[in-house]
Amino acid sequence: MARPLINVPAKVKRGQVFEIKTLISHIMETGFRFTTTGDKIPRDIVTTFSCSYNGEEIFRADLYPAISANPFFTFFTVATESGTLDFKWVGDNGFSETASAKIVVE
Amino acid sequence: MSWRTPRVPPIVSRVTTIACLLFAIASSVHGSDIPLDQRRSGYLDLGHDSKAMQDDDTINPATLWVQDGETLWNQKTGAASRACADCHQDATVSMKGVAARYPAFSVARNGPINLEQRINLCRSEHQQAPPLAYESRELLALSAYVGLQSRGMAIAPPDDSRLVPFVEAGRKLFNRRIGQIDMSCAQCHDDNWGKKLAGSLIPQAQPTGYPVYRLEWQSLGSLQRRLRNCMSGLRAEAYEYGAPENVNLELFLMWRARGLQVETPAVRP
Amino acid sequence: MGETRPGATRRAVMLGGLAGSLAATIRLEPALATPERMRAAIRNVVGEASIRKGRVDLEVPPLVENGNTVSLAVSVDSPMTATDYVKAIHVFNEKNPQPNVISVHLGPRAGRAKFSTRFRLADSQIVTAIAEMSDGTFWSASADVIVTLAACVEDI
Repeated sequence: MARPLINVPAKVKRGQVFEIKTLISHIMETGFRFTTTGDKIPRDIVTTFSCSYNGEEIFRADLYPAISANPFFTFFTVATESGTLDFKWVGDNGFSETASAKIVVE
Repeated sequence: MSWRTPRVPPIVSRVTTIACLLFAIASSVHGSDIPLDQRRSGYLDLGHDSKAMQDDDTINPATLWVQDGETLWNQKTGAASRACADCHQDATVSMKGVAARYPAFSVARNGPINLEQRINLCRSEHQQAPPLAYESRELLALSAYVGLQSRGMAIAPPDDSRLVPFVEAGRKLFNRRIGQIDMSCAQCHDDNWGKKLAGSLIPQAQPTGYPVYRLEWQSLGSLQRRLRNCMSGLRAEAYEYGAPENVNLELFLMWRARGLQVETPAVRP
Repeated sequence: MGETRPGATRRAVMLGGLAGSLAATIRLEPALATPERMRAAIRNVVGEASIRKGRVDLEVPPLVENGNTVSLAVSVDSPMTATDYVKAIHVFNEKNPQPNVISVHLGPRAGRAKFSTRFRLADSQIVTAIAEMSDGTFWSASADVIVTLAACVEDI
């Protein structure tokens, strides 16, 4: 239900290295938990997160159950030209979520 | 070994019984309240990273719920096809200070209700919509969004004489020993705050930031959920969501925290 | 208790053997010893290459109040140019049910080889980050984290 929370600076200078923050809603069920009746709770995690800058991948992470619920990432990239940052989360049970943010480079 | 109890003159035993009863009442009613100027929020005991998580809305997972709350606030719902915004307009204006003075007295219920119950009352009375389940994503989102509008303000329980007996009922619950562990809330949170319980710091239990993103839950949750956790911790049967005992406890806790700043939505371990 | 000559010899052999097997089980472990599984997971990624200590800065709180959400930041000393950059950063743990935490893939466009996230630690343990460089070398850093458990939880 919740939209991914993306945070990038409004404007950056060409060549500047800037930080991108991302946060989405996801239970990240490890697959190692049991109910009180002894049934295993099946794994349900985000397995890959990637970010593209004007179509070129600039960051990719392979995730494991050790990543906390509501996966949070910050990372950096060099400001080349204005355009769009595209984010994609893919996971178990056909999970797929995308988001994008505009970046203005002067 | 003889199990025969020593014989005590009847007058002494009666006086002793009354004295014990009085002592029990005195200690159960007053406990040892934390002096007003020594009260502190659990925020101050957080680790550096958890504080940072709470301080920055762009990295606080609770923001995901707040966003949802804002969406729901503006969404028409129920048979009346009405949104919260249709009556209350801009929440940043109309909801300012509201969460800080809940639980409040409800004439409809003839007793105190908490914010979640108020939201559900609005839904049934004004939106003709079914109530949202306790701890549901939607109800938490709305109470987080409304609660956020009180952030930075002082907790201000209403000066309402109708609430007095319910505050007292809450205080009695706070001081009552429960569960297999046979301890009361007061014994940890009034008498031993600041000390350690199995490696964790015992807070004063001031509910300044509810609904809270609790790291243990990896989710946002209400004060009632936390109270139920406390009771499970004492190996007692927890009161059901919405039970009068829970609401009275909430009411007492907010009275006990009066003047402290609202931090909703906070982060806690 | 009396002993016959053959018994003494057999006893000496037995004791010697026992001491030997005890010596085998009681390994004198260095302070940062890593259990087999984490080592295997690391080998899976690194292969036979040697892993050097340094250039990697692993930021994780020494004492966490809840193992469900532990802040992690890894940064690697690298110019991040087209010819000299960090290709990947892999994070491992010792005592979780699984040894991997995350694998991050970077390139010269990153500008700075640094990322942060939040992860889970099942128990007090050692966390290791390994950086894979564009020149094929591997560098690592480790941190020892103490995890305290929450008081007063609920049943699932």
